[in-house]
Amino acid sequence: MTDLQHPGAPRATVERPGPGAGSTLPPEPSRGRRVRPDESPARRLGPGFLAKLAMMAVVDAFGVYVVWSAWVAEAWVILGAMLAMLAVANWVYFSRRTVPLKYVLPGLIFLFTFQIFTIAYTGWVAFTNYGDGHNSTKDDAITALLAQNERRVEDSPSLPLTVVTDGDELGFAVVRPDGTTAAGSADTALAPVDATVDEGRITAVDGWEVLDRQEILERQGEVTTLRVPASEDPNDGSVRTQDARTGYLFTPALVYDEVADTMTDTTTGAVYAPNDEGQFEAADGSTLQVGWRVFIGFDNFTTAFSDSRYAGPFFQVVVWTFVFAFTSVATTFLLGMFLATAFNAPIRGRRVYRTLLILPYAIPGFVAPLLWSGLLNRSFGFVNQVLLGGAAVPWLTDPLLAKFSIIAVNLWLGFPYMFLICTGALQSLPTDVMEAAKIDGAGRLRTWRSVTLPLLLVSTTPLLISSFAFNFNNFALIYMLTGGGPRFADASVPLGHTDILITMVYAVAGLDGSAPKNFGLASALSIVIFVIIATISAIAFKRTRSLEEIN
Amino acid sequence: MRRSILLASALVTTLALTACGTDDTGEAAADESAAADETTEPAGDGGTLTVWVDETRQDAVAAAAEAFESETGAEVELVLKPFEDIRADFIAQVPTGEGPDVTVGAHDWLGELITNGVVAPVELGDTAAEFEEVAVQAFTADGQVYGLPYAIENIALIRNTELADSAPATWDDAIAAGEDAGTKFPFLIQSDGENGDPYTYYPFQTSFGAPVFEQNADGSYTPELAMGGENGEAYAQWLADQGEAGNLTIDTTYDISVEAFANGESPFIVGGPWMLEQFADLDLAIDPVPAAGDEAAQPFVGVQGFYVSARSENALLANDFLVNFLSTEEAQTALFEAGGRPPALTAAADAASSDPIVAGFREVGADAVPMPSIPEMGSVWAFWGVTEAGIISGKAEPAEAWNKMISDIEGALGS
Repeated sequence: MTDLQHPGAPRATVERPGPGAGSTLPPEPSRGRRVRPDESPARRLGPGFLAKLAMMAVVDAFGVYVVWSAWVAEAWVILGAMLAMLAVANWVYFSRRTVPLKYVLPGLIFLFTFQIFTIAYTGWVAFTNYGDGHNSTKDDAITALLAQNERRVEDSPSLPLTVVTDGDELGFAVVRPDGTTAAGSADTALAPVDATVDEGRITAVDGWEVLDRQEILERQGEVTTLRVPASEDPNDGSVRTQDARTGYLFTPALVYDEVADTMTDTTTGAVYAPNDEGQFEAADGSTLQVGWRVFIGFDNFTTAFSDSRYAGPFFQVVVWTFVFAFTSVATTFLLGMFLATAFNAPIRGRRVYRTLLILPYAIPGFVAPLLWSGLLNRSFGFVNQVLLGGAAVPWLTDPLLAKFSIIAVNLWLGFPYMFLICTGALQSLPTDVMEAAKIDGAGRLRTWRSVTLPLLLVSTTPLLISSFAFNFNNFALIYMLTGGGPRFADASVPLGHTDILITMVYAVAGLDGSAPKNFGLASALSIVIFVIIATISAIAFKRTRSLEEIN
Repeated sequence: MRRSILLASALVTTLALTACGTDDTGEAAADESAAADETTEPAGDGGTLTVWVDETRQDAVAAAAEAFESETGAEVELVLKPFEDIRADFIAQVPTGEGPDVTVGAHDWLGELITNGVVAPVELGDTAAEFEEVAVQAFTADGQVYGLPYAIENIALIRNTELADSAPATWDDAIAAGEDAGTKFPFLIQSDGENGDPYTYYPFQTSFGAPVFEQNADGSYTPELAMGGENGEAYAQWLADQGEAGNLTIDTTYDISVEAFANGESPFIVGGPWMLEQFADLDLAIDPVPAAGDEAAQPFVGVQGFYVSARSENALLANDFLVNFLSTEEAQTALFEAGGRPPALTAAADAASSDPIVAGFREVGADAVPMPSIPEMGSVWAFWGVTEAGIISGKAEPAEAWNKMISDIEGALGS
């Protein structure tokens, strides 16, 4: 990798010396080697170039494979994006003018796929009604409705069936319950035919050719959509088959009129027309079950704040979210900093202590809360049974104690991180200011308060802000430890005392199964949360900069 | 500050470079889609059927698939997925054309699958009559059958015959027998702490005549709540009384109660066949859940089966596989041996009933009611268990809490 790119950087400037370019360069290690200034390293046939060529060939081969797969899958967006990425990658790595991009491009592509695309997609979903009942396109909804409402004619017999063809058109040949045989196609109703019947099934039929299993499977789409009228009277229904072995008589209960874009119920005569919410609606306001995704503008954002049932709990949840995020950062930072300072002094076995202290950090963030929820169980948990000698402290079921438990568990989970960064920051503090403080006659405490702490804060504040943003959305902890409970006794929505905004979104949007899923609403609410965090972080970062200047 | 960001981004970039060379990332997703797409396309040589299964059913479905493959020349590709992921993944992936042709599933998903238009009706034809009635009924919505049932599961009273020699007829008998046994718990019912466990408690609720929804004549549910009113309040009062007496507690979670029963700490536990593995050393009898009210205690029946995707390009193969191969006695028996739930096919269930334990569960299941599969059920779960747990633990006033729950559910259904 370095072989492939490193030589390119300095030598490109040798070739085209720009103003000041040479002076910023570090001393060139390969100056001793012979350099032909008229030749671009990007094109020189050296081992580096060959290695690059081989790697780009692999990348291109992979890219072409993706493009081909996307073509087959008719995924045009992926195809277009892939083509663009390939073009850019080839240009960047074979051009002489794109030295910085050679380093940045992979990162940029990661950023684009994992960040920008996700954000854009969330933004798009927030303006649709994607969710239960609006799961796909209108075409899919129509297909599903028609399929769900094609009903078997009551008490109609099952007909042993053979798939036949008259050259190009498919047809069905069936044995009726009375033993007579009949055949027909989509246009011609079933009519009696002479046929050979073997074990209750037709094996040969006059005027038609019997399809074998292989041919049927090759045309299975046609076979499953084929409807052969039972007679000239449409009320008798038509024969269809789902397995190419047995046919049944079906009549459609819903008919779609493509020109008028309406659904008609054949039994009641009600006509359903598409409405703005992506559903077929009748004149009396009743709708058909399956809808489709449509753009609904800002509806998700307004419903999120207009449901009166949520008004009270929402306020409590917001307050607790801020309290939780702030307290989490404060407690973990204070403990981490205290331990870091303590272990910064030379103590025997310091390394062992440090390693032990980092251990909680090594436990995955969604396993630890689960573990703790067991430990804190009121009747059988380790804490109550063993540590407190059989007390029945409702750690997770009392509103106040549950909040306390959450912060305590998060402290246990989070202090090693703060310990790590504080240890790192303490070790990199300049010794000269410490000495200056000593010379000035400052005591230990005074030195710590006036010199160490401000310097420590300069390097750790950005991490504190990101830690705040992380805890603001610390879904795993809440979900695994208390599930948001205990519930608000006075609220009419399934929210609890320890729910934070993100777990509230999870419940409100029905992602926990407590309501019909509404991905549009969930996306809209997460955008709102994003805006809150972005604002807080932006303000905090601005403050940090002033802190930096003071020091 | 600025510098550290620069440094970090440089580090990330370098890491990315060394980790993946100059790879692009778009392909990961595209790759998957391409692979999935290939499987749903009808192949020339008999076709390929993609089936989602979970771990317990994998071998049994594979056995049925083998018979299918050798007879039809089609290929069956089994994709292993965790059972709890299948529902959401199926709904999300079918519309994109990347879902499976067939998936294993539970009947109570049906309402959600239908409103999302991802499941296709299956015409069972004459085979429908060969299944237990409740099994086909559970997979029926609005007169259409949407899946092939293969297993029925329900809870019953599991009795440790060493500690109690006869089946209790009523709740009071059971408590008396439990106290006579002198064990730590007279009677075990699992709960999930503050979340309660209305599924396991449901037979007691029905014994007070308070079913969750109104039922149509054909056994299907309407979205009209039926658990309010006097009967519901009576049940709530019973919960409060028994909670106070210490007979019911919300602290016995599934793990705790199963372990306690396995250790012989109670003669009775309300539970399903999935517990039996842990009770291998005990002599067991399966009895109906004792009624606490005046009516019969009917637990919920869950039926498991196979759904066909509405967007399957191999609908013919899929239906053929379901109706003609998974409905055979061998296939249903194999699924029973893999999962331990009584088969849905009557003939296979009869054969499996030679085991008294299976027969016991089946007998209780015969009087049980299917768990509602209408989408409204989700809103009920959200309030139901928490309210019951609150009443049992004495935190909430029974009648008041119960009525608040009813109005909250109605509010959620109306919104």
